[in-house]
Amino acid sequence: MSEGKKQAESGSVATNGERLVELYRKMVEIRTFEEATQKGFRQGKVGGYLHVYIGQEAVATGFIDHKQDGDKVITAYRDHAHALLLGADPKEVMAELYGKGTGMVKGKGGSMHLFDVERGLMGGYGIVAGHIPLGVGMAYAMRYHEGSEESDEDSMVQLYLGDGSMHNAAFHEAANLSGLWGKEGWNPCLFILENNQYGMGTSVERSTAMTDLAAKFDAYGIENEKVDGMDLEAVLECAERVTQKVRETGQPHAVDVITYRTAPHGAGDFFEKYRTKEEVEQWRERDPIGLLEKKLLDREAVTEGDLEEYQNEARETVNEAVKFADESEEPDISELYTDVYAGADEYMGEE
Amino acid sequence: MAESSETRTYREALRAGMSEEMERDEDVLLMGEDIGVYGGTHLITDGLIDTFGPKRVMDTPISEGGFTGAAIGMAMMGLKPVVEMMTWNFSFLAADQIIQNAAKLRYFSGGQVQVPMVIRGPNGGGVQLSAQHTHSLESFYGHFPGLKVVAPVTPNDAKGMMLTAIRDPNPIIFLEAGALYGTKGEVEDGDNAVPFGQARIAREGSDVTLISYGRQVNLLLRVADTLADEGIQAEVIDLRSLRPFDEKTIVESVQKTHRAVVVQEQWKWFGVASEVAAIIQEQAFDHLDAPVERVSGAEVPAPYARNLEIEAFPGEEQVASAAKRVLYQEVV
Repeated sequence: MSEGKKQAESGSVATNGERLVELYRKMVEIRTFEEATQKGFRQGKVGGYLHVYIGQEAVATGFIDHKQDGDKVITAYRDHAHALLLGADPKEVMAELYGKGTGMVKGKGGSMHLFDVERGLMGGYGIVAGHIPLGVGMAYAMRYHEGSEESDEDSMVQLYLGDGSMHNAAFHEAANLSGLWGKEGWNPCLFILENNQYGMGTSVERSTAMTDLAAKFDAYGIENEKVDGMDLEAVLECAERVTQKVRETGQPHAVDVITYRTAPHGAGDFFEKYRTKEEVEQWRERDPIGLLEKKLLDREAVTEGDLEEYQNEARETVNEAVKFADESEEPDISELYTDVYAGADEYMGEE
Repeated sequence: MAESSETRTYREALRAGMSEEMERDEDVLLMGEDIGVYGGTHLITDGLIDTFGPKRVMDTPISEGGFTGAAIGMAMMGLKPVVEMMTWNFSFLAADQIIQNAAKLRYFSGGQVQVPMVIRGPNGGGVQLSAQHTHSLESFYGHFPGLKVVAPVTPNDAKGMMLTAIRDPNPIIFLEAGALYGTKGEVEDGDNAVPFGQARIAREGSDVTLISYGRQVNLLLRVADTLADEGIQAEVIDLRSLRPFDEKTIVESVQKTHRAVVVQEQWKWFGVASEVAAIIQEQAFDHLDAPVERVSGAEVPAPYARNLEIEAFPGEEQVASAAKRVLYQEVV
């Protein structure tokens, strides 16, 4: 922590007012976007499952702020924020949710499978923990050509995982490989544990006898720490420090980011029998956007008027995205058979 | 044929395929349990760690799901991992990765991602490994669009199809004839890549078409010899590749012989033979002079005892009888 504090004192990004305002605007855009997706779900325009990021915005915002070109991001099914933060066009993200041909994966993946390989998003995945080995393998690939001209030794993987994934074999097997390969400097993988404290509706306490999730990484020789995921500045400080470490050493690192989704697990999770209204209310008081607003106002980095302007801007962007998604065409029927195989056998077995 | 060839075992042919492709392409690497220092449980990769080092011939812990998933991640980044399943039975532990990720990623990424990898290892039984180590997984993996499934039986195909598999931009399920690792055959020198989706006529004949893949092809050749002694000319087709599948060669053969027997070591229900029989029925119904017969493994978990195991898999007599039944030379 001492190194991090030093950076904070010298005016790192974490305390740079302008930068914070910029990130605040991103968080507001994500929140507004997610509210619109929920509305779309209720209107029947968004199908399937819909998992929104409301309450968790500071997590991906803080870490993706430290993503460099060449870095890769991989995450599970709560993936809209990651796509937006990486610079995906909100129109294309919304169109994907609306199942349109203009969607970022042509309407073939929906909410859970956003990809933007050009910008480093290697996907959202629908099977809990199933993507974790993939991220570890990507990190290995980044150091595979070490020493040769092809080598890109400054890159790393940001691997987002939920607390629910920590009890699955895929997590443990992948963490073991990451720690093992990391000993040689072959695994620049940052495990970002989006610990919203519930795997669907089952709390961490009801999922594992040993509830210190960060400590589980000790078993695999992976350095780890915890951070307050509702405090953007804390996340930024951590992200700056650990991404630098992972890049330099080629060793994995894990951050247990304590956060909370104030929204239901999925858009169909109406009853929330697994938690109390009081609990949700308590966490709302520590809402990452609310906390940041207060800080920015206290420091006179913004005025109330500025905040209102940013919120209006976000609304405008999201409204445009909704309009675009709504007005876009569904994918051409011929798309049913494309993208099954790469190369010459685009599809085998078409009737 | 290439200008020259040499006699090699099936095992050596596989090793040559991987090793030659590793020489050609630095992005190719091998992963699996004990494939490096130990030399490989079946000695397929023996010695390769000395040539290519531990970063390219990587020993993994015993955790199929983890390392197969990691290989998928590597493939998404442009590497070409060849993953060994010590036996295909263990792939059940990696099935989520193979099916939910490798097979489907290209589709659900809208074509943004491809997964150029090979998953290989011994398939099927025949060496008394009993229930948990004896599975034939061709129809299991053949069911999933996004995967290609191949099963070479000759040493020449073992090498040639390995080259093709490694160069293919898709995930390949490479089912080796595990019981035949020590068998020998001529292997063409140099680049003898064998394209997928082309069956091989292993023996020409005019009276009945015997169809299989993997180690049963050798069984069919023995049966064809026996039948020839009785004046029956059997055509033997080695499918080689199950997805993509060569319908043309099958249909043309049946148009010639008008009779077919499909043989498989795996269980009858929902098997490859059912699929082949259906294709023949759909495309060559008018040419058939008898219903297509299927000869399959017994519907039991594989037993250990030698006599029971032999009984559990198709034998020469069963196949010969089936051939005679479709020729109406033997009453059921």
